[in-house]
Amino acid sequence: MNRLTRVFNTLFGWLADLGRSALFLGRIIASLPALLAKPRLVIEQIYSVGVLSLLIVVVAGIFVGMVLALSGYRALADFGAENALGTSVALVVVRELGPVVTGLLFAGRAGSALAAEIGLMKATDQLSGMEMMAVDPVRRIVAPRFLAGVIAMPLLTCIFCVMAIGAGGGYFVGVDMLGVDAGAYWNGIQSSVEFNRDILNVFIKSGVFGAIITWVAVFQGYHAPPTSEGVSRATTNTVVIASLAILAANLMLTAVMFSG
Amino acid sequence: MTDSTATTSTTDNLVEVRDLHFRLGSRVIYQGVDIDIARGRITAIMGPSGTGKTTLLRLISGQWRADSGSVHFDGQSVTGMSQKTLFEQRKRMGMLFQSGALLTDLSVFDNVAFPIREHTKLPERLIRDIVLMKLEAVGLRGARDLAPAQLSGGMARRVALARAIALDPEMIMYDEPFAGQDPISMGVLLRLIRRLNDVLGLTSIVVSHDVKETLGIADYVYVISDGHVIDHGDPEHIRHSDSAWVQQFITASPDGPVPFHYADTPYAEDLLGGDRT
Repeated sequence: MNRLTRVFNTLFGWLADLGRSALFLGRIIASLPALLAKPRLVIEQIYSVGVLSLLIVVVAGIFVGMVLALSGYRALADFGAENALGTSVALVVVRELGPVVTGLLFAGRAGSALAAEIGLMKATDQLSGMEMMAVDPVRRIVAPRFLAGVIAMPLLTCIFCVMAIGAGGGYFVGVDMLGVDAGAYWNGIQSSVEFNRDILNVFIKSGVFGAIITWVAVFQGYHAPPTSEGVSRATTNTVVIASLAILAANLMLTAVMFSG
Repeated sequence: MTDSTATTSTTDNLVEVRDLHFRLGSRVIYQGVDIDIARGRITAIMGPSGTGKTTLLRLISGQWRADSGSVHFDGQSVTGMSQKTLFEQRKRMGMLFQSGALLTDLSVFDNVAFPIREHTKLPERLIRDIVLMKLEAVGLRGARDLAPAQLSGGMARRVALARAIALDPEMIMYDEPFAGQDPISMGVLLRLIRRLNDVLGLTSIVVSHDVKETLGIADYVYVISDGHVIDHGDPEHIRHSDSAWVQQFITASPDGPVPFHYADTPYAEDLLGGDRT
């Protein structure tokens, strides 16, 4: 009986958190129009969550592109289809790996930093201090970070895709090292990647991932217990929940976008 | 004197708390407390740690809502206010947090300028002059370019005080302003609280358990414990209170109505027949 009660309590706890996070998202979205008057707040956060995440995204993009080209070449060469390497690398990167890997990196780099920053602001009474100065912390602190995440993720994903497919990643291994024809490589990409189906969808996917990650991060940080353990748990929860959430969201979005 | 005899509501009171009940989770913090904060005076709320002194400030400022009873600020009920009205009222209040609560990514100057920039459209030149005046009042004009991390605890509280008076509030709430301060910082803060109150015509609420310092500057004192007002009156009345509890508190006696030992089964019984598993 006790075990059953504990299971139900945990379940209700999760549902309550889900409800609270939905209400919190509503407050964030309601605060977004006020940011039009203070765009500098968003630009500063785009630098913080976007520009400072560039290095990890660029390096990861190069390595992922290289590995894809290497393993893809071996498989295609068996059928004499090495010239389809560009198509293979581009479609895998643009449709799936670009948004997902960038999302996972973004959750680890920017999401954890956001949760820790907001959690520490709460623990040191900075958020209460703002409320006492009649400044809504959701409008002043949370909303700019949320919007910055939604804007930065698609841009980072594009950079990841370019690095994975381009001269540093897939192209370097496929064309420069393994001898695939450069014209065939680029032509394969041009003929297989469509703007509406692929490029537009990658923007939508990564924008949704950006919203999910920053939503989880700011919620965890804002509602973290004001202790060192609470901030630590909020940071860990952000990475775990956001990573699983974007993998689940990716499945659903892929099913909707590319099932036809 | 007990809380039941607290003064009745008059227009001389900026804050009036009536029959306040509040609990945090299962823990009862207040059980029917009446407190009046008179305009233009320094009112001290004293009591041991964990009695809910800071909670009282959060209830007065509307950060938390009372379970029952009322909290009025300048005649308006704080408990039933919408967030918009509450924020309007908070522009008339300042609060000095125990930690200072300075924004760590802003310099001293920008911290003090923060509420002015958020709530006014004054030109930067004028904001600069106001900020320098506020920093001069707390003696830290020369520290304007420092980051909060470069300040000592006492300096951080003085910067927070400059920020709290940036919008010229009518009331300032001080949360444990003397905790952890060296004698010089303590002296500076005492002088500042008294001087700002008198010169700017403020109403001040000082929450503290530092007996000597608080009784030295307060005009009126409430002593609270276990969810009740144990005694209240001017500092002289508190010093000569006939309440054993108040006497133990102000003389810092380790034992008395507040026992040294945390409640438990008798010691001998515990040693001889306790759980030996």
